[in-house]
Amino acid sequence: MASRRVLPIAFSLLMSVPVLAQGPTYGIGRTPTAEEIRARDISIGPTGVELPPGKGSAKEGALAYRSKGCAGCHGANGIGGPAPILKSKDPANPSVWARGRILPLRAPFATTVWDYINRGMPLNREGTLTPDEVYGLTAYLLFINGVIPEDQVLDQQNLAAVKMPLGDNYAPLPDWKPRTPRLKGYPY
Amino acid sequence: MREKRPARREFLRNGAALAGGFTLSAAAPALGQRAPAQPPMIKGERQGEIAYGARSKYVTSARIPHGGRPSPDNFGLTFHVATPLQDQVGVITPSSLHYFATTRGAFLPDIDPGQHTLMIHGLVDRPLTFTVDDLKRLPSVTRLHFIECAGNRASRRAKTVQETHGMTSNAEWTGVLLSTLLKECGVKGSAKWFVAEGAEEVKGASSMPVAKAMDDCMIAYGMNGEAVRPQNGFPLRLMVPGFEGIFHTKWLQRIKLVDTYYMNYNDFGHLHEGKQDNRVAALAYQIGPKSVITFPSGEQRLPGKGFYEIRGLAWSGGGAIKQVEVSTDGGKKWNKAQFQGTPQRMAHCLFTYAWQWDGSQTEIMSRCVDEVGQAQPTREQIAKYWNKTFDQTFSVPGLDNSVQPWRIAKDGSVTNGFA
Repeated sequence: MASRRVLPIAFSLLMSVPVLAQGPTYGIGRTPTAEEIRARDISIGPTGVELPPGKGSAKEGALAYRSKGCAGCHGANGIGGPAPILKSKDPANPSVWARGRILPLRAPFATTVWDYINRGMPLNREGTLTPDEVYGLTAYLLFINGVIPEDQVLDQQNLAAVKMPLGDNYAPLPDWKPRTPRLKGYPY
Repeated sequence: MREKRPARREFLRNGAALAGGFTLSAAAPALGQRAPAQPPMIKGERQGEIAYGARSKYVTSARIPHGGRPSPDNFGLTFHVATPLQDQVGVITPSSLHYFATTRGAFLPDIDPGQHTLMIHGLVDRPLTFTVDDLKRLPSVTRLHFIECAGNRASRRAKTVQETHGMTSNAEWTGVLLSTLLKECGVKGSAKWFVAEGAEEVKGASSMPVAKAMDDCMIAYGMNGEAVRPQNGFPLRLMVPGFEGIFHTKWLQRIKLVDTYYMNYNDFGHLHEGKQDNRVAALAYQIGPKSVITFPSGEQRLPGKGFYEIRGLAWSGGGAIKQVEVSTDGGKKWNKAQFQGTPQRMAHCLFTYAWQWDGSQTEIMSRCVDEVGQAQPTREQIAKYWNKTFDQTFSVPGLDNSVQPWRIAKDGSVTNGFA
């Protein structure tokens, strides 16, 4: 338990910013190690700052899609299984919203696709994919939806820069404030 | 001595019963009538009556799968199950009957609380990891709060209030305010959002505004006087009072302070079309004012005309409920209902209305107003706001908080007014 908190660190922080710093009141809890933080830090934000090193293309992803059992639930090419479809049945429709609620198509950021495959797949074997496999599977799903070419290699550096078809064509969540109506004037 | 004690207690208890509650039956023989038959006795533990208080075998109220999907399914995966609101007595949903939902079919995590920790990091001065025991040492709060799934909407096919409204429940939650922990960590000025993450297979994560974290979010370890139940997030659950159920992260193990909306998988589900018109998006967090009559409700039957106490629940994500009205003539005249107890912020409150049914066909319904002035709308009003035709295909944008009518036929049968 290591006395819960490394007091000298808190103390030195207090000393270094004496005016603004708000010190701990209770001194309960311990400082996690950098390794502990890295192990749990799996939510990938839109800038991709949490992405691990690795790379993969649609061709490699297509192999993983079969070898990791994805096809068993999502269909041979992203359509036709019991799990949610991963490819639009209406790819020619100019409206992304009309093409269905498909993660690799409607997500505003490619990082969201990577994040979900990494944390949530495959069913019952979550967390077993390597970063290379997740980059490859992301590339494969983006390729079958016409988002990137088949030979594009996705990696830690370029994933966040992938231009998704949705663009910014979605309603941003408004600022939330306590003790206010959820929507002014609703329903009148 | 040890064996004699229960017998003596039993004797004392029976004596007290004779002197108290059963005086009428005790007096009966004197009037020349037969004493009522002694009920059969439960001898010792039959199914946990003594050590953990199992209910009577005559009480069979249970949760049901929501939306027609079995839960658990053949693989043991759990999906949504709804609370039997039609059977609820009082304002607290028993923990055993609290609704639960899963972001995807999921097994229930079987977490050892001695091994579980909550880590807070990201844009803070001091990242900290708390054990469950650490959290229990900190100043606590105990509050009544509802949780409601955004998918809690009445369809024409729904028959009972469990089917129309059962994806909401109300419990007394005990825990430590998230603001207490964030002050320990020292939140940086650049932190605008936080990501909360659970310990289940998909590590379900949601992005929420820091303003909400500092206002009233709670890390709950207690629920209705005992530990939070596994299906509700044991050992730790994030309570986000008044927000849609999906934000109330179960099996909470991590909170990260960030500077932008993180667009996790759970967040992606909240997106709506229309860059210019964010009115639908505005309905995505906070649950609107909502009420429903739970007695009489769908599939119940009134035995005949005469007195009935109409009962129901009202709640809002905007704060405490200020007023509930009941109509017994299809919405022409509205009558003020009574609160049983004081309505709490972001909690179900119980209302009643004394009614004499004259035996004719009618429709009963309730509506409410909350402390910030929001009024529960009818579906017609909502359709008008969105310039949509009100017909069977109309779907309420965001969480459906529309008025629920129950139709009462001459024979006393009660059915869904939308059917």
